[in-house]
Amino acid sequence: MAFFIPGILGYGGGPASIPLVEKEVVDRYEWLTVNEFSEMLAMANALPGPIATKMAGYIGYMEGGILGSIVAVFATVAPSLILMIALMSLLYKYKDSPKVKRMTAYIRPTIAVLLGVMAYSFFSTSYEGAGLYQTVGIAVVSFVLLEKLRVPPALVIVGALVYGALFLS
Amino acid sequence: MTQWNLFMAFIRVSLLGYGGGPAAIPLLYKEVVDRYKWLTDDEFSDILALANTLPGPIATKMAGYIGRRVGGTVGLMNAVLATIVPTIILLIVLLSVLGSLSDEPWVQGMTAAVVPVVGVLLLVLTWQFIKKAKGTLGLLVTALLSFASLLIIEWLGIHPGIVIALLLGAALLRRDDPKKGAGTQ
Repeated sequence: MAFFIPGILGYGGGPASIPLVEKEVVDRYEWLTVNEFSEMLAMANALPGPIATKMAGYIGYMEGGILGSIVAVFATVAPSLILMIALMSLLYKYKDSPKVKRMTAYIRPTIAVLLGVMAYSFFSTSYEGAGLYQTVGIAVVSFVLLEKLRVPPALVIVGALVYGALFLS
Repeated sequence: MTQWNLFMAFIRVSLLGYGGGPAAIPLLYKEVVDRYKWLTDDEFSDILALANTLPGPIATKMAGYIGRRVGGTVGLMNAVLATIVPTIILLIVLLSVLGSLSDEPWVQGMTAAVVPVVGVLLLVLTWQFIKKAKGTLGLLVTALLSFASLLIIEWLGIHPGIVIALLLGAALLRRDDPKKGAGTQ
């Protein structure tokens, strides 16, 4: 139940559901203290992959072992996924109608803006954390590698991880 | 073979996506559109729009839907599990063995260095979407819609899901104009 609510209410993906999860597991059910929660959050942030499911999996595991973990993750993921699949198959059925084609066209600028805003928030986080020179340097180098030299993103990310461990600590 | 590719694609996305859901989007695009060609550019854009409009974690919604498209119910389970299981195990192991590794300077350095890279990936994808939009809608409409979205989402703080839902509604309700309806005749 605790994860079902954030799963439904957590608009905007992982980060949006963090306060909701905190409310449920710290205030309401008292499974974790505020300190434990923030420590878990810091760790979850340092690891790759979606935040919300990582936390659900961990808290579920602490409270109810493997089964608890499965239940928490399922509650986080399933409701929105089922909704998504239902709506997408509806869209897919009318794929060739002009209205659906127009829908695709209409939302594209908005999606571009959303992605741009996300990009901006990543840069500003980096600016606050690593400083201007590092941010610009890493951004320019990774842009050249990715776009001009066609290096796969996986390699660039691993490279950045190594660089960070060596030079930004 | 498809299932194996699906599993590997989502494992890669999950283990490289630093910064939660949004960081996974450009990586996912690379895998499913560029590399395996499971989806066209348009389809990816639609899925992203819808995933953004609905509540809940974005990466798992996209993984589940794409997995189902590519490999049925098994594909769905496969993609979702590949997206979440490795990182959950990692988190449980690290937290129970090491207590708090996140205070280690080299871990913080690693995370810090990846953030601008993800920023660049997102920016490149942004540019691709703008180019596509210009192709279908023309420069003026694209610029207007982009600017309006930016205003509404960033300055007025309206949730993007609402903006997308409204645009979808507008596209559905507009009468088909025989002279210049998108996709008519």
